[in-house]
Amino acid sequence: MTKKVKFSIYRYNPEKDAKPYFQDYEVEVGDHDKKLLNALVKIKDDNDESLSFRRSCREGVCGSDAMNINGRNGLACLTDIADLKQPITLAPIPGLPVIRDLIVDMTQFFHQYHSIKPYVIDDRPMPEHERLQSPEERKELDGVIECILCACCSTACPSFWWNPDKFLGPAALLHAYRFLADSRDQATNERLDNLNDPYRLFRCHTIMNCVDVCPKHLNPTRAISRIKETMLARNV
Amino acid sequence: MVKLRKGLSAGHGFNAWLQQRVTAVVMLLSIILFVGLFALAGKVINSDITSWQQYFSYTIVRVVAQITVLAVILHAWIGVRDIVMDYVKCMYGRVILYTLIILWLLGSTIYSFYVLW
Ligand code: SF4
Ligand code: SF4
Ligand code: FES
Repeated sequence: MTKKVKFSIYRYNPEKDAKPYFQDYEVEVGDHDKKLLNALVKIKDDNDESLSFRRSCREGVCGSDAMNINGRNGLACLTDIADLKQPITLAPIPGLPVIRDLIVDMTQFFHQYHSIKPYVIDDRPMPEHERLQSPEERKELDGVIECILCACCSTACPSFWWNPDKFLGPAALLHAYRFLADSRDQATNERLDNLNDPYRLFRCHTIMNCVDVCPKHLNPTRAISRIKETMLARNV
Repeated sequence: MVKLRKGLSAGHGFNAWLQQRVTAVVMLLSIILFVGLFALAGKVINSDITSWQQYFSYTIVRVVAQITVLAVILHAWIGVRDIVMDYVKCMYGRVILYTLIILWLLGSTIYSFYVLW
């Protein structure tokens, strides 16, 4: 059995269009097309091959199909069509420059991510075997390493909209915490120094949009508070 | 103008955050203290001016009130500066706004000394 699903999708091709606009679609989906991404692929196959969006893993692992779904950021591949009010309104994740249709330029987002040095820093001589971590130490990283860098959180954060060049945003801050919390990392002081800035960390006003939208159910706000606690511990 | 390299830290930010929290606690404590004081004295807050004057004839009341006012001023400064940092992009606009806010808060501080002592 097939079902009809109605869409209103943000379209913008900077080479042709003077302004972005919304285009209506109606697509037939089969019983196995449960997720929003299935319907989008159908639209591209059946209705309009010019519709552009990113996707890869189609199971919530790669983080490439983040979009604004009925006003809320999420991953198309993890969102059930049945849960959505129709017509389903799709727009690019807000606050980043649009390249085309639902595809945004993530340069700013990844720039902030790279600026926290997202790797373990340990300049001590290499041990003969690998650097070990106890199960308890490893447990500290639960709830932070699951992040797939989809940018749903940062692009839902008003502080990131106002200052995307200066405020790191929840995703990068979550990763900043991830490396502070890693028992193998030796650069705690440098990392904290790098975050001690009126913008990079402290533009977060605990609005918690990030927690609300994260498709992996992570809690960047908690990570941000932990960073502040760590700073407090260092300073008092 | 020199383009600021991104990813660098200004080396402060934590202090403002801590001051904002500490002043908030001070404000909360003095609200509790003053409400308690008025309740203990068996008067309602909107009582006549002479009883107000009586309360404030005690040095300790004035000291607590002055500390509270200073906490409010510092708290307000950090909060308003936060708003300006969020929304005002132009550097000169910020400097002008900061100056006006500082002048206003400084005036309020001086006036609070004048009123209380
Ligand atoms: S924290 Fe969640 S919403 Fe943010 S980038 Fe990671 S997975 Fe995406
Ligand atoms: S809690 Fe902080 S990082 Fe998360 S949405 Fe709010 S301001 Fe942004
Ligand atoms: S396609 Fe990979 S996360 Fe949705």
